[in-house]
Amino acid sequence: MSATTAVRPVRGPHRAGGAGARRRATSTLQRVAVPIVAVIAWEIAARAGDSPFFPPPTDIAVAFWETWLGGPASQLFLSDVAVQNILPSLARMLGGWAVAVVVGVSLGCALGRSATAMDYAGPLLAFARAIPPPALVPVFLVLFELGTPMQLATIIFGVVWPVLLNSADGARSVHPVQVQTAQVFRIPRRQWVFGVVLPAALPKIFAGMRVSLSLALILMVISELVGATNGIGLQLALAQRRFDFDTMWAAVVLLGALGHLFNSVLLAVERRVLAWQPGGTRKGGS
Amino acid sequence: MTEPAGTMLAVSRLQHRFGSGPDAPTAIGDVSFEVRAGELVCIVGPSGCGKSTLLRTVAGLLSPTGGEVVLHGERVTGVSEDLAVVFQDYSRSLYPWLSVAGNVEFPLRTRLGKAERRARVAEALGMVGLGGQGGKRPWQLSGGMQQRVSIARALAYRPALMLMDEPFASLDAQTRADLEDLLLRVRAEHRTTILLVTHDIDESVYLSDRVLVLSKSPATVLKTLDVDLPVERDQVVTRGSAEFVRLRTEVAKLVHS
Ligand SMILES: Nc1ncnc2c1ncn2[C@@H]1O[C@H](COP(=O)(O)OP(=O)(O)OP(=O)(O)O)[C@@H](O)[C@H]1O
Ligand SMILES: [Mg+2]
Repeated sequence: MSATTAVRPVRGPHRAGGAGARRRATSTLQRVAVPIVAVIAWEIAARAGDSPFFPPPTDIAVAFWETWLGGPASQLFLSDVAVQNILPSLARMLGGWAVAVVVGVSLGCALGRSATAMDYAGPLLAFARAIPPPALVPVFLVLFELGTPMQLATIIFGVVWPVLLNSADGARSVHPVQVQTAQVFRIPRRQWVFGVVLPAALPKIFAGMRVSLSLALILMVISELVGATNGIGLQLALAQRRFDFDTMWAAVVLLGALGHLFNSVLLAVERRVLAWQPGGTRKGGS
Repeated sequence: MTEPAGTMLAVSRLQHRFGSGPDAPTAIGDVSFEVRAGELVCIVGPSGCGKSTLLRTVAGLLSPTGGEVVLHGERVTGVSEDLAVVFQDYSRSLYPWLSVAGNVEFPLRTRLGKAERRARVAEALGMVGLGGQGGKRPWQLSGGMQQRVSIARALAYRPALMLMDEPFASLDAQTRADLEDLLLRVRAEHRTTILLVTHDIDESVYLSDRVLVLSKSPATVLKTLDVDLPVERDQVVTRGSAEFVRLRTEVAKLVHS
């Protein structure tokens, strides 16, 4: 996984008017059609194969309902299991990610603007980011208290690198003439950091943040597989241990849905914040 | 070193090389000149002779490898207060995440109150013919319009010394003439000292109190010409006068020698 190659999705051009609307409708249909066909094919294949490890989607859906939903309206229809596991999981994941973003952006921007600091820290950073984060779970198990502290440490340490390296890259990319302009008008330090460096680095920072967010989800699950008292990862492990494969798959589906949701939200935020970019303006529709 | 009264900028025996070592390129060979307060001096010279480098050194953005720049009686070691630069690479000097008005306002943010800032921005954009374009992004404008935004930013800042690097290069003839006259008006009104690089020989004579002709790279001063045209310049009358024609011919001969 490379932190720097994450690209912004490019939206294709479309024409205004009825033809455009019709085309959009067709393309939505096409997008929805493929997953539906896939699920039906899976259902047929699973029923025909009859393997306990690959339950048909309908069974998974039932397990999903029984495990995560069916609660009272006051709980947003979430079951007790969901409230006791999803919320702590998400709190750790988003909390760890937020800390990593703050640390990564501030450290990254500082490094990116200082050639000497980058020279010294560069090799160390390259090494640190090359360590597969899950490999550190046993280390953190020893270093930190079992449970939330160790889980947070795993998430933070694992996801800070893409943000940090992208921020450094972005901060370095301030054009020399833009730098000289700020110097000529004697722009004060605060205004320089928040008015020039940060906006210039923001496209890269967002790319890093998206990579980190999906990494955070992965590390959240992994860190909950050992020594956890709650969490989606724990439920997944428990279901597997009692051979309840329907519930196990229900947890997998939940994780996929959450990952997709977070990515979509972040993309929407990114589009708003980076609307100033040439070609990055909202062209209406979609 | 004692200077004659009224000298704002004194450049003496300036030399600049990029990098070190025996084959480091020399951009400025040996340049000396003075600019008095309120003067408008134009610099002409062949492409690549070191004009932009000279302007950057005067601005304090580059430290010279030889000689010195003295501004307001003090040796320049960094960017001085009260100085604005219109960069040759105008599109790169505008911040794309700010609107046109935001760019003009940017240097004033911590210096002026909101109301005064807004008035200055509106006035400056109006002066360069971009009133009503303040809400756009720089990249939504044409090259010539972007160039005027960066001029407006310098005007709104009201510096004592304005350094302009080919500020009208991307403009059509009419807009160019308008902005030349605007510059002369602003100078008369605010007593701004202006050092302006141009490759347009007629323009250099039309605008200047003095024209500095530089040699091919590495730059040296070939000649300094005093422009003895009436202070009030007129696009038609001044450009048609015999003295104007004589001066422009002399500059042209020097540039092409
Ligand atoms: N950052 C740099 N590093 C190395 N050499 C440079 C650098 N900037 C300029 N030069 C060299 O210095 C010389 C003078 O460049 P400069 O930009 O000052 O010329 P100029 O007179 O402004 O040219 P033009 O009229 O085309 O704008 C050129 O030969 C150029 O290659
Ligand atoms: Mg130049």
